[in-house]
Amino acid sequence: MTYFGSGHWWWPYLFILLAGWVATDFWRFLGVALGGRMAEGSDLLVLVRSVATALVAGVVGNLIVFPGGALATTPLALRLGAAVVGFAAYFASGKRMIVGILVAEALLIAGLLML
Amino acid sequence: MMETGETQVSEADGSRAYWLLRGMSGAISLPGLILISSFVGFAALAKAAGVTAAQAVFMTGVVWALPSKVVLVGAVAAGVTLPAVALGVTLSAIRLMPMAMALIPELRSERTPRWVLYALAHCVAVTSWVLALERLKDVPRPLRTTYYAGLGFTLIGMNMIVVAVVYALADSLPAPISAALLMLTPMYFVTSLWGSAREQAGHVAMILGVVLGPLFHILVPDGDLLAAGLVGGGAAYGWHRARRAIAS
Repeated sequence: MTYFGSGHWWWPYLFILLAGWVATDFWRFLGVALGGRMAEGSDLLVLVRSVATALVAGVVGNLIVFPGGALATTPLALRLGAAVVGFAAYFASGKRMIVGILVAEALLIAGLLML
Repeated sequence: MMETGETQVSEADGSRAYWLLRGMSGAISLPGLILISSFVGFAALAKAAGVTAAQAVFMTGVVWALPSKVVLVGAVAAGVTLPAVALGVTLSAIRLMPMAMALIPELRSERTPRWVLYALAHCVAVTSWVLALERLKDVPRPLRTTYYAGLGFTLIGMNMIVVAVVYALADSLPAPISAALLMLTPMYFVTSLWGSAREQAGHVAMILGVVLGPLFHILVPDGDLLAAGLVGGGAAYGWHRARRAIAS
């Protein structure tokens, strides 16, 4: 029951509906149904947000340390360096996302061109 | 203007078409452009994972939230089975619930049918949500659903096109550019997650998650994301409780 484990053309779409659409809209619809009845700062919501944040952050870590495609052949030190300096630039610029992203990208491309 | 008949559209509110267009043009903004660049990154990621163009466009339309899509593609590429992928995506999407809960009171008027709210909730993801909370207060209440439909569905449609275009172009790009595209998603996430965290526990969860993700990838390759989420998130929550206990 893996994504690429079936010869049928429709299987990936069903897979996306079940593992993607149901798994996300379930929470959106539940949010509508509850419609502001749960207190914003409640402990349960803090736990929920923390788990979701750590999970997505785990994805980010893997994307940098174990990337795929064209990024896979680049040196780990270059990717880590670009990400760390980019994140530092995000702070230095008063938390402007665009600065953090552009600095990391510029360093990565410059590093690849120099290799 | 709004004291009488909260739910009636009055002359002074402007037409429905006007607010629909205002909502649609809200998609062309700095957050909207940053989102496009991260969808360029997502398309490159999906292509590297072996997902076809049509599947990636479909995924963009039905899942929409980028973190969940990245979890989905990551698990798909790792050959994880359906129930485990669904669990990972479900956990990554929990954050959508409080976001929808916070948005609904801003959106609805007394006469808004429930189904409209459910349909609009599909657009809830970080960018449309941030833009909506910032701008809805300037939109006449009876027309807020119209405005948000314009904003949300334009963002979705625009990025479905972006994904298709990137798939068509990706093979002709030089290697450093392809590599740079794959770097967009992680950089977009670290900066947007850090900025949108409600409490410091969110920052702790983020730092732990970034380190634990790769660590668990080596230790428990099949459950790395779940482990990183539960251990990192649980520890961040513990930190939150401990900090409050000390403060009080």
